[in-house]
Amino acid sequence: MIGLAHYLTVAAILFVLGVLGIFLNRRNVILMLMAIELILLAVNINLVAFSAFLGDLTGQVMAMFVLTVAAAEAAIGLAILVIFFRRRGSIAVDDVNRMRG
Amino acid sequence: MIQLIVFLPLIAAIVAGLGGRWIGATAAKVVTTGALFVGVALSWPIFLGFVFGHSTAWVEPVAVWFTSGDLQVSWALRVDALTAVMLVVVTTVSSLVHLYSWGYMAEDSGQSRFFAYLSLFSFAMLMLVTADNLVQMFFGWEGVGLASYLLIGFWYHKPSANAAALKAFIVNRVGDFGFSLGIFGTFLVFGTVSIPAILAAAPGMAGSTIGFAGMRVDTMTLLCLLLFVGACGKSAQLGLHTWLPDAMEGPTPVSALIHAATMVTAGVFMVCRLSPMFETSDTAQSVVTYVGAATAIFAATVGTAQNDIKRVIAYSTCSQLGYMFFAAGVGAYGAAMFHLFTHAFFKALLFLGAGSVIHAMHHEQDMRFYGALRKQIPFTFWVMVIGTLAITGVGIFGIGFAGYWSKDAILESAYASGSVHGGLAFFLGALAALLTSFYSWRVIFLTFYGPPRWGASEHIQHALRGHHDTPDEEHGDSAHDVVMPAKTGTGGYHPHESPWTILVPIGLLALGSVLAGQLFHGIFVDAEQGPEFWNGSVAFDAHLAHATHEVPLWVSYTPFAVMLVGLAIAWNNYIRTPDAAGRFVTQFPGLHRFVLNKWYFDELYDRIFIRPALWLGRLFWHGGDEGTIDRFGPHGAAVAVGVGNKLTARLQSGYLYSYAFVMLLGLIGAASWAVWWAR
Repeated sequence: MIGLAHYLTVAAILFVLGVLGIFLNRRNVILMLMAIELILLAVNINLVAFSAFLGDLTGQVMAMFVLTVAAAEAAIGLAILVIFFRRRGSIAVDDVNRMRG
Repeated sequence: MIQLIVFLPLIAAIVAGLGGRWIGATAAKVVTTGALFVGVALSWPIFLGFVFGHSTAWVEPVAVWFTSGDLQVSWALRVDALTAVMLVVVTTVSSLVHLYSWGYMAEDSGQSRFFAYLSLFSFAMLMLVTADNLVQMFFGWEGVGLASYLLIGFWYHKPSANAAALKAFIVNRVGDFGFSLGIFGTFLVFGTVSIPAILAAAPGMAGSTIGFAGMRVDTMTLLCLLLFVGACGKSAQLGLHTWLPDAMEGPTPVSALIHAATMVTAGVFMVCRLSPMFETSDTAQSVVTYVGAATAIFAATVGTAQNDIKRVIAYSTCSQLGYMFFAAGVGAYGAAMFHLFTHAFFKALLFLGAGSVIHAMHHEQDMRFYGALRKQIPFTFWVMVIGTLAITGVGIFGIGFAGYWSKDAILESAYASGSVHGGLAFFLGALAALLTSFYSWRVIFLTFYGPPRWGASEHIQHALRGHHDTPDEEHGDSAHDVVMPAKTGTGGYHPHESPWTILVPIGLLALGSVLAGQLFHGIFVDAEQGPEFWNGSVAFDAHLAHATHEVPLWVSYTPFAVMLVGLAIAWNNYIRTPDAAGRFVTQFPGLHRFVLNKWYFDELYDRIFIRPALWLGRLFWHGGDEGTIDRFGPHGAAVAVGVGNKLTARLQSGYLYSYAFVMLLGLIGAASWAVWWAR
């Protein structure tokens, strides 16, 4: 029987993968965006799991919102990426250090 | 009346010093000179009142200065015979020097400042001599020191003058340290600083002991010696004399007033003022005698070899002060004050005369570049001769110049005192008198006789090229390295006699140098008139005064004989065989160097005091200030901020993922806080 704990475990694994994807990824901004998606999805799984477990639909409504925000974020992120590529000719993360103090 | 004498110069100094810019140099000169001449007009009647015996000592209270526990100090002006003598000396010489400076400083741009300093000096000196308590005396003492410092460094753009001013100030600090310790000790022992009270109580303290520096010492000896250290500093006695010759960097009128006639005699005055104290300690008296006699002979030897005319006279001053001290040391305070009185006239005369020569020679001070001046500046020549006759003590059978009376009185007193130190002082004094005669006549012969040697002087050449020196400036002694200028001749220069403002003061001083001894010897040193005149203001010893009349004949004629010997040697060396001096130098080069370099006192002090002091200063500067305070203080803080900046700047790498990592850490921190601690 698959219980709440299993869902939470999967969500946690996905979350950690997402976080590591942000830190350890030195190559590609797209990968970074995907890692953020992964984190959001992990949260979504948590929300849906708790919603089903508690019999409360609010969690699933929240998941819908998160999906919407994630889509918007991905769109904006990709747009920034395109413009960045036009200006710098590269999307390698190691080159993106113009915010250095 | 006495208030006017003392405070008019102060007011004049304030007016001329602070207001000189608005009222102009001429008005400043009139105000200061006028104040001093009023002082002369008021002090001579006071002095003559004591001379004719219808005045008695009085004290004019002015104001309470401060009160602290048992210590009460007030401003009060004490007038007695001793003060009256000093009053006429100070005001007379000071006013004549003021007048003289009209001519001598005529081309200087800082005249109102100069006259303000001169008047300030006169005020401080008058405060010193009228002091009724030791603290007020110390006030005047420091005041004259300050004025002396300001006037030596009057030409402040000249490094040597600044150095000389500092040297005078610092060497005097050593003496003043002794003097202030003496005042503290006196207050500790007597519970008062009032001079009459101290003098009255002093005999009662004779023989008692006091703890000092871990030893038991005789109270009165200790106090007298501490006070005497102060007197040594101010009066340039052996050991603390090094500042006086350097003080000649100041303008010549300053040398005449401060470093010959008045300020340097303050030490003698102090010893005489406190003479009842010194009388209680034989040890202190013999120390005073030995120091005085040693200074007299030391300075006289150095004076024989100097080439700068002012330096010769400066060492002569030093030597004459030695006479005054050993006179005080053998108990002949009347003779000491008498020599102070006459010396003020003839030494001021010699200095101002030298100033007139320097003026005529376009600020050349080296006697090797003089010669044959008696025809060119006859008035100066004659007054200088009078001054020399006075200082060498010319006179016999009760007729003579000022120095004859006072110097003979001192030497006879030293012999008549019968003590070992008195006898030694007599012989050293007689030898010093021989040297005095030699170097004084050497000045006259080198300056006024022989062939003219002006052509080689840089100053004269400057003058010939129409270049205008400011007085005494430029070209120090270092400009002349040669032993004797090979070039002689006038170089086409014509020395000119000084203006009347210079000639009148030296004329009046010449009159004083002739008459001061003849007129006043009775009241100063005579066994009958002396006690009446001094009337307890100094510890006048009538027995000693009597004894001076009964000394053997050879003692009374010794000063005259040695004077003739000195004159003969000078005449032989500089007139009859002009190359004799040069031959002597080549024969005894070591001796000549030793004397020319002032017995190497400056070099010795440089080794044992100045260099260690500079070393210590550098240690504190580099090690203490820079190495410790700056390093861990301001500089350390600045370095710490820089290093901190570098570290934090490294955190801000510009990479997105590190920012995200920091954000995550923050998030975890915040969540942890919310979950565990904020409940």
